[in-house]
Amino acid sequence: MSLGLGWRKFVSGFMLTMTGICAVVAVSALFLILGYLVFHGGASVNWNFFTKLPVPVGETGGGMANAIVGSGKLLLLATLIGVPIGFLGAIYLAEFSGTTTAFIVRYAADLLNGVPSIVIGIFAYSLVVLPFKHFSTLAGGCALGVMMIPITLRSTEEFLRSVPNALREGAMALGASKWKAIATVIVPCAYRGILTAILLAFARVAGETAPLLFTALGNSFWSPGWNQPTASLPVVIYNYAISPYEDWHRQAWAAGLVLLSLILVINIVARGVLARGTPLSRS
Amino acid sequence: MAATTTTVPGTGPVAGSRSWLSGLREGDEIVRLITFLFAAFVVFLTVLLVFELWQGSVLPRHKFGFNFLRTSVWDPVNEQFGALPFIYGTVVTAAVALLIAVPLGLGAAIFLAELAPVRLSDNLEFFIDLLAAVPSVIYGLLGIFIVIPLMRQYIQPALKSTLGFLPFFQGPAYGLGFLTAGVVLAIMLLPYIISVSREVLLSVPRDQREAALALGATRWEATWKVVVPFARSGILGSIFLALARALGETMAVTMVIGNTPVISASLFSPGDSIASVIASQFKEATGDLYLQSLIELGLVLFLLTFILNGLARLLILATSERGGGMAHL
Amino acid sequence: MKRLPITVVLAILGFAGLVWADSTLSLTGAGATFPYPIYSKWFDEYHKKDANIQINYQSIGSGGGIKQITEGTVDFGASDGPMTDAQLKAYQDKHGFPILHFPTVLGADVPTYNIPGVSAELNFTPQALAGIFLGKVTKWNDPLITGPNKGVNLPANDILVVHRSEGSGTTYIWTDYLSKVSEEWKTRVGKGTAVNWPVGLGGQGNEGVAGLVKQTPNSIGYVELIYAIQNKMLYGRVQNSSGAFIKADLASVTAAAASAAENMPADFRVSITNAPGKTAYPISSFTWLLIPSKIPDASKRDAIKGFVSWMLGQGQNYTEALSYARLPKEVVAKEKKALTEVQ
Repeated sequence: MSLGLGWRKFVSGFMLTMTGICAVVAVSALFLILGYLVFHGGASVNWNFFTKLPVPVGETGGGMANAIVGSGKLLLLATLIGVPIGFLGAIYLAEFSGTTTAFIVRYAADLLNGVPSIVIGIFAYSLVVLPFKHFSTLAGGCALGVMMIPITLRSTEEFLRSVPNALREGAMALGASKWKAIATVIVPCAYRGILTAILLAFARVAGETAPLLFTALGNSFWSPGWNQPTASLPVVIYNYAISPYEDWHRQAWAAGLVLLSLILVINIVARGVLARGTPLSRS
Repeated sequence: MAATTTTVPGTGPVAGSRSWLSGLREGDEIVRLITFLFAAFVVFLTVLLVFELWQGSVLPRHKFGFNFLRTSVWDPVNEQFGALPFIYGTVVTAAVALLIAVPLGLGAAIFLAELAPVRLSDNLEFFIDLLAAVPSVIYGLLGIFIVIPLMRQYIQPALKSTLGFLPFFQGPAYGLGFLTAGVVLAIMLLPYIISVSREVLLSVPRDQREAALALGATRWEATWKVVVPFARSGILGSIFLALARALGETMAVTMVIGNTPVISASLFSPGDSIASVIASQFKEATGDLYLQSLIELGLVLFLLTFILNGLARLLILATSERGGGMAHL
Repeated sequence: MKRLPITVVLAILGFAGLVWADSTLSLTGAGATFPYPIYSKWFDEYHKKDANIQINYQSIGSGGGIKQITEGTVDFGASDGPMTDAQLKAYQDKHGFPILHFPTVLGADVPTYNIPGVSAELNFTPQALAGIFLGKVTKWNDPLITGPNKGVNLPANDILVVHRSEGSGTTYIWTDYLSKVSEEWKTRVGKGTAVNWPVGLGGQGNEGVAGLVKQTPNSIGYVELIYAIQNKMLYGRVQNSSGAFIKADLASVTAAAASAAENMPADFRVSITNAPGKTAYPISSFTWLLIPSKIPDASKRDAIKGFVSWMLGQGQNYTEALSYARLPKEVVAKEKKALTEVQ
């Protein structure tokens, strides 16, 4: 500390400016990226994109109607698998379980949450695709559903726990059984948080590509039912981006913009839901 | 849609359901059992996943043993499989990504937490959180059409002419390769690092800062010598989380790394990572040994991310008393 | 609590009904990327012809086609390299009946290169190609290369080899050819959809290789003919078994098939690399559909057989516009006969 105050002030000012520059660089890089996507994608989105099927390789035109519906079906299935399991599991964790069980379940969920998505793809391939002898919407939906479970479970539990104990006790004191207290007091109290958690989980899996590569595969037509391969937006973006065709690149941008808009809107809605809610813990 | 409807039961009229459950006096036990089954299912699923990976990689584990991790030949014709190039590629790209993203992200986080006006900070934070939600295939798309051409035309030639004496920046500039994959990963990780670090920094008690300032420290000294050390393990945790993500990242890396199982000191060289080799070869791996070697790679990746995630969580727990608060990350 | 689940169920049923109501027969095939342009054209045209049948083809690579048809996860496979005896046996063991090969079109691999200052079409001997890809011929002015290229000023620069990074039929054809012309290649590397390359770096897909060669001075790679044409790249003539240097085009590829056409084996698994014939291009190949000989589902069976016979007839008219050579007549006749074996 033999350095003069002037020098220390200079260092302070300099380093703080540097952090400012870091922030500007990071944020502007991120802004640029989004801007580029919006610019490129915006120029490519048109009515055909939403209504037409893809055309044969190398020809110009066509759209991704089947991939949009395919993604919708996959996400519906994923939600039907992921949300009930995650939600009910979380109720058990927050309201019923003892410490040891809770630790095991939480640990398992965290483990599952950390599994790289490509590994989930392998898992779904060997559990669903091979036995059913079909690449299918079902297999893709299961893969995405498995990814949704731990996200929903952990955040739902967190929001349930943030409900003040006084409310639980109050309900019980009035003679309600435990499940009634849960259904009428605790869950409604935390419901904004839970809804947010589910929306965020949904948004997270909506953009997943890797688990779909060898489960949902792809389809150049409409995919009838649930036991046929299906196109999905993220996989189509991947396939089109690495292809040699200009028009497919254009459509990849368009699909990227559509997918991103969907995800960002869900995110914003989710945060909005939470912000309007009762002051529940942090976040 | 479905998401809304499935959560609403709690808020919905319970009166209706009372009729069919009122007969059951042990309602609690039933609900307990049902929810227990669902919770247990999560454990079951996780165990099943590990089991599948373990079971699915019997052949290469028996045939190659630990040599699988030590050898670098990946030869589907003669059925020789060594994972080293993929492990190397995974580690190198993750390291490059962290080298770029950590200083930048940390600097930005310090700025947002310590200097920026609260409103600006909160607004930027909202934006950054949104970016964390951008799917990786979109980063891959941007990687192919923006980062690769930039790398090939400007950045790699510039690095070569200035730092070309280092072994890292030699060889022809293809555009794709370790460096590009690292840069794309860095862009993906930035939002995570900024967001978590900022939060950890904000959770440092005010009086720590004020005490330092009162003792005559400059603002930077208060930040760097008091606040950052206080939040150190939390920041480390955020870095570990980012690292775990980087290791497991598939799409963005596959699209820009060049998919060649090569171990090269040069960051310009095309390479391959564990996740991307699975993505590009799993569908077409003919022969059991080939397929199972890919599954074993999946197992290796799982273990890697598992260890890192565990470390990250421990570190974050160490800073915030309410460990659960960070768990959703 | 009661009403909501019902609403959800109804919504799902409605949604499912929406997609189920469609009575079209849906077939899934997967495999080779090299014939992807013609296949997707065919399946599209066929769907226009018969709206009740939609054939979904995913180009996941030849290795993928063989693997997925063996696993039974697709209705038919496609490959640029015929299945090996071991693979056929694996299929037979698993399903109890054999799988059949049906050639669809012909294509060629070409050596494409990028040497600053050289705009001539180079002549390559088999020894030169094998030497380059083995990493033994390392300079562009090596006598093995300059020998047949009198008058071309080749620089003393290092050769950079580019190959496919993933399993691919294009690689199968290329390595099959090199194995036939070079004993050392055969023993050291061998043939396959993915091999352990002695030298070089990998590009993803035909396009990836084309891209790398285009961007990298002094490089050489191999791509499917149509990609070299589409990307306006230089590609060399290759010396055939009669000693003539032949440029790949529809005529020379068809010539390579001519000899095979006469003595085509019953299972159609034939390699026409290094084929005899004065005008035959030596790195040519058929590409095949892999169809199970027993398809229990009658409607699927009829659909596949219907498509194949359409493809053998009218479908062949679409080939030349996309730079594929059509099947020789003799082969078509044989295939029509073989089609009756599918039951």
